[in-house]
Amino acid sequence: MSTAVHLKGVSVAYALAGGGKYEAVQPVDLSVRDGEFVALLGPTGCGKSTLLNIAAGLMAPSSGTCDIFGERLSGLNAKAGYLFQQDALMPWKTAEDNVAIGLEVAGASRREAHEKARAMLAKVGLSAFGDRYPHQLSGGQKKRVALAQVLVREPKILLMDEPFGPLDAQTRLIMSELLLDLWQQDRKAVMFVTHDLDEAIALSDRVVVMSAGPASRFIGEFTVHLPRPRDIAEVRAEPAFHRLHAEIWSCLRDEVRKTYGLPGKAGAEQGAV
Amino acid sequence: MPISRGKLLGLQILVAVGVFAFWHVVTNWSVVGDVKTMRFFFSTPYDVIVRVFSMFMEGSVYRHLWITLVETILAFVIGASLGIVIGFWFARKPLVAAVFDPYVKMMNALPRVVLAPIFALWFGLGIWSKVWLGVTLVFFIVFFNVYQGVREVPQVVLANARMLGMNERQLLRHVYWPAALAWVFSSLHTSVGFAVVGAVVGEYLGSAAGLGYLIHQAEGVFDVTGVFAGMVILMGFVMLIDGIVTLVEKPLLVWKPGETKTV
Repeated sequence: MSTAVHLKGVSVAYALAGGGKYEAVQPVDLSVRDGEFVALLGPTGCGKSTLLNIAAGLMAPSSGTCDIFGERLSGLNAKAGYLFQQDALMPWKTAEDNVAIGLEVAGASRREAHEKARAMLAKVGLSAFGDRYPHQLSGGQKKRVALAQVLVREPKILLMDEPFGPLDAQTRLIMSELLLDLWQQDRKAVMFVTHDLDEAIALSDRVVVMSAGPASRFIGEFTVHLPRPRDIAEVRAEPAFHRLHAEIWSCLRDEVRKTYGLPGKAGAEQGAV
Repeated sequence: MPISRGKLLGLQILVAVGVFAFWHVVTNWSVVGDVKTMRFFFSTPYDVIVRVFSMFMEGSVYRHLWITLVETILAFVIGASLGIVIGFWFARKPLVAAVFDPYVKMMNALPRVVLAPIFALWFGLGIWSKVWLGVTLVFFIVFFNVYQGVREVPQVVLANARMLGMNERQLLRHVYWPAALAWVFSSLHTSVGFAVVGAVVGEYLGSAAGLGYLIHQAEGVFDVTGVFAGMVILMGFVMLIDGIVTLVEKPLLVWKPGETKTV
């Protein structure tokens, strides 16, 4: 399988107002194979979203390179779809128009774009909500529209920045299920940024753990050997899930404590991130 | 607390009746001062209503209304167009905005009334001096709103639109333009109101027609009834235009979150 995203020696530093610079991310290497679901896991403020923005071409790295399917990325990544954490729908367009616009600006006829948009909205369970404006939708529904907006363009790579972070626990489960279902149908390469350990294991093939910022780096990489297709609710009950959870948590725990200014703790203690 | 439409209208009418009743009492009985003096300064509600009625009956007022309406529409259209174009330009070119910033502030701080005589000199006593006076008022409101609207498009909406493959032209059409338009519409009542103010003040300071001219004429001969009649007609005119604005903006701002009603 070919490599969809290849970050090589990518580092990020910001210039500080008073001179000098702030090193956010130390040089890291990361490659995501075509069809692979990779979760980037780390405590708040560790620069995971920054790496995602670099893969999207929204941001340039301070050093290092980003290759997309073997081609050096300059400018925006046209092969990628980006699902933002915040609400990014255009409030002045209906759900259907929001989904169709990505096809229309790419040159599709209005009819064709809207037919595909309707089909995609049906897939995310919103066929009755096409004529609603974003403010008339719930948080979960808006997220579904955003997912449809990204998927309808059939990107080769999916970049997701804690997409389900702002949702409540139940809606998150439902959204994760929906995402896995859709992803199972045609496996794209996925870079999924999250701070939720359960979510990372349940969804992905591989979990990459980042240290706390500043100057964060990769501190662990874990392959998830859980069979697919997965049932999000059931997979959490499997012993393999718990073993991996404990393993990753012991790697992550000290980093999380660091973020809150607490000393590292030796005893293995289970908990959520 | 929700108020029913009928109740609200009833209360609003009650306020008008109260004001007219008070006016009627003080100009018919010597409560505050001598009736004759009071009538000289304040006329009477009855006289004013009769005057308004007769002005419409004999038809002399229509020409003046028409002139003021034309001036208002021209002032609004020209002012809003200039405001939109220049607002967009400034918002997209920070250097231009930074260079012109102090001048824009200076121009906006200038009381527009002082421009009226110079505009009369430049554009004559016809409608154009009034139109341009209105333009100077409307322009700044629309300009500031468009500038703000374009600048305050959420970064994440912009980034998303870019990731969806929009180029600059498409961003302008699908993101910046609707965002700016929402701000223009939210200020529509104010800017249309200012277009009327520009027209009437212009007429008042030198003209041969229009509602401002009517009021000025009446004032010149101490015809207080005429002044009040002109004011009443002007108020009705403004209410009518405001109603039309409300009708126009409703379908255009359907995407804006408003109050959610339960049934």
